[in-house]
Amino acid sequence: MSVHDTQPAHPEGQPAEESPQRRVDLGQYGLAVLLVVIGIYTIIDAAGLEVGFADPVGPRVFPYVIGSGLVLVGALLTVATARGSQPEPEDGEDVDLSSSADWLTVLKLVAVLLFTVATVNLLGWAISGAVLFAGAAWSLGSRTLVRDVLVGLVLAIASWYAFYVGLGIPLTPGVLDGIL
Amino acid sequence: MENFQLLMGGLESALTPMNLLYAAVGVLLGTFVGVLPGIGPAMAIALLLPVTYRLEPTSAFIMFAGLYYGGMYGGSTTSILLNTPGESASVMTALEGNRMARAGRGAQALATAAVGSFVAGTIGTILVAFFSPALADVAVDLGAPSYFALMVLALVMTTTVLGASALRGFAALFLGLTIGLVGLDLNTGQPRLTFGVTQLVDRLDIVVVAVGIFALGEALWVAAHLRRKPAHVIPVGRPWLSRDDWGRSWKPWLRGTAFGFPFGALPAGGAEIPTFLSYLTERKLSKRGDFGRGAIEGVAGPEAANNASAAGMFVPMLALGLPVTATAAVMLSALQGYGITPGPQLMTDHADLVWTLLASLLIGNTLLLVLNLPLAPLWARLLRIPRPQLYAGILFFACLGAYATNLDPFDIALLLVFGLLGLMMRRFGLPVLPLILGVILGPLMETKLREALTISGGDYAALLSEPLAVVIYVLIALFILARPLIARARAGAEESATPEDEKELANS
Repeated sequence: MSVHDTQPAHPEGQPAEESPQRRVDLGQYGLAVLLVVIGIYTIIDAAGLEVGFADPVGPRVFPYVIGSGLVLVGALLTVATARGSQPEPEDGEDVDLSSSADWLTVLKLVAVLLFTVATVNLLGWAISGAVLFAGAAWSLGSRTLVRDVLVGLVLAIASWYAFYVGLGIPLTPGVLDGIL
Repeated sequence: MENFQLLMGGLESALTPMNLLYAAVGVLLGTFVGVLPGIGPAMAIALLLPVTYRLEPTSAFIMFAGLYYGGMYGGSTTSILLNTPGESASVMTALEGNRMARAGRGAQALATAAVGSFVAGTIGTILVAFFSPALADVAVDLGAPSYFALMVLALVMTTTVLGASALRGFAALFLGLTIGLVGLDLNTGQPRLTFGVTQLVDRLDIVVVAVGIFALGEALWVAAHLRRKPAHVIPVGRPWLSRDDWGRSWKPWLRGTAFGFPFGALPAGGAEIPTFLSYLTERKLSKRGDFGRGAIEGVAGPEAANNASAAGMFVPMLALGLPVTATAAVMLSALQGYGITPGPQLMTDHADLVWTLLASLLIGNTLLLVLNLPLAPLWARLLRIPRPQLYAGILFFACLGAYATNLDPFDIALLLVFGLLGLMMRRFGLPVLPLILGVILGPLMETKLREALTISGGDYAALLSEPLAVVIYVLIALFILARPLIARARAGAEESATPEDEKELANS
């Protein structure tokens, strides 16, 4: 994925085509293809449905319309991209758009979340939650690992008790079953 | 007058010490989450929904009201102290508010925002109490065709009015509608787009979708572009207003309220347009010439407009069951969790609940003022949490919320999928609101469409069988035709709103 340099955001209402740069954002082709693929899949999925009786619209019409809409938007986006239409990536207080994107950090975070998904029932929320917090903080560049693990443990155990005592929802205890 | 008595009755049932405690907790939690970067009121409510699962509906509503107003105020705080509007509704607040803060008048900016929010919220809630029942009376007679038309209007307006690129708006909208399709078809009970996964048959939980796209998407997007230098937070003292500040603020509060409420009540009216109009008006009326150097009117007006619009949102939500903002959508799904179907019959079937909710809004609003004026320095300190830990905390609570609903890791995986979708949307500049409304309104639209056509035996002309529906379609057509003109007028207006403001906002 190429990440373009951002120009200062122009006021809304002014089409992006007016920006002096005519660089093509290749990533947008990927988005357009994705839209078309989802649209086609939606149409195929709907075609396999049975139409009930006394139901003039049936379960197919809506997916057909939405799927066609997606295909159309994807096609239009392809044209707009080719003509140099640039997206305006969202800005924010902790977002620094002047440097190029750091996809490695994102991958680390995704890995931490996948680890949580895989282990939460086995290890239980108290441990998985703590690992989630510490792992996410580490991925984002924190180097105070001991403190992060402690904070994560406090958060996870406190939230376990809050849910159990306050709301009567026993989050999975996992390996700590009987200790908590 | 009857409405007034009902509202008083609602106040009586809401005003117990326990409920006041819930409201206070709601306000504090809401402000806390609202102050966090990139998280608006919709997100605050979605994240904290699990907390209210085991509460009585009344207590839960009171907590929601606190969360809602707290979340909004938290957003204003960051706009003023950091010049970083967390959501489009606070963009106008940031313009003058941050200049006031830099000139050492941050405390006054926060105070005029708090009092203005209180004034606008109170007036707005009272207006909701008077308008909603009347609208619900009318709405009871509306048939499926008119409802369908209303929803088309809401979607077309949100998709085309907000954001710079209508094409990207439609991309987001259709993605949202597709997400709304997932699950059992409501009429024939056949699964659609479920990929054979049992957990998807039950339709997607809007809260998981919202938290994924807002919170997780934001965290991942920030991870890709983390600013390595800490943001500069201006220290702030205890907010107070001098006699002169009061004198300059009260008219903008009222004018802002007048702008905000009607827009909030319109489908897709939102808060962006009224805050913008309010800012321009105050700028034109200002005789002191200190606009652009931190004029208090430029904070008072837009803040009031923002909160009045937030109250106006409840009119279509309560009277028609039509959510017009992401926040309303999340609240509606919470109502459905209590087995309450929103719509015109809500006012009659669950009158006590509705009045309690409106009364809670008044209470939440008052508590906001009482709690947040003294606590402002504390919130300002919260902005200094180191970023890695802050976003780790957001991820932690987002996963906790998703997991606690069904205790199923699948929900965390789903959250991650929507988080990646949110990341993609931020990267390609796709607006979030059309997607969320697509998820919510898509299934509703389909139901109404099939209802209308089942009655008419498949004749599509039935969609035009009610006068209101015809009027709405004419409006939509006019609107689409007039759109280029609106865009031009807006560009012109923004030019006049000093280009350097825009530059600063863009580069901050």
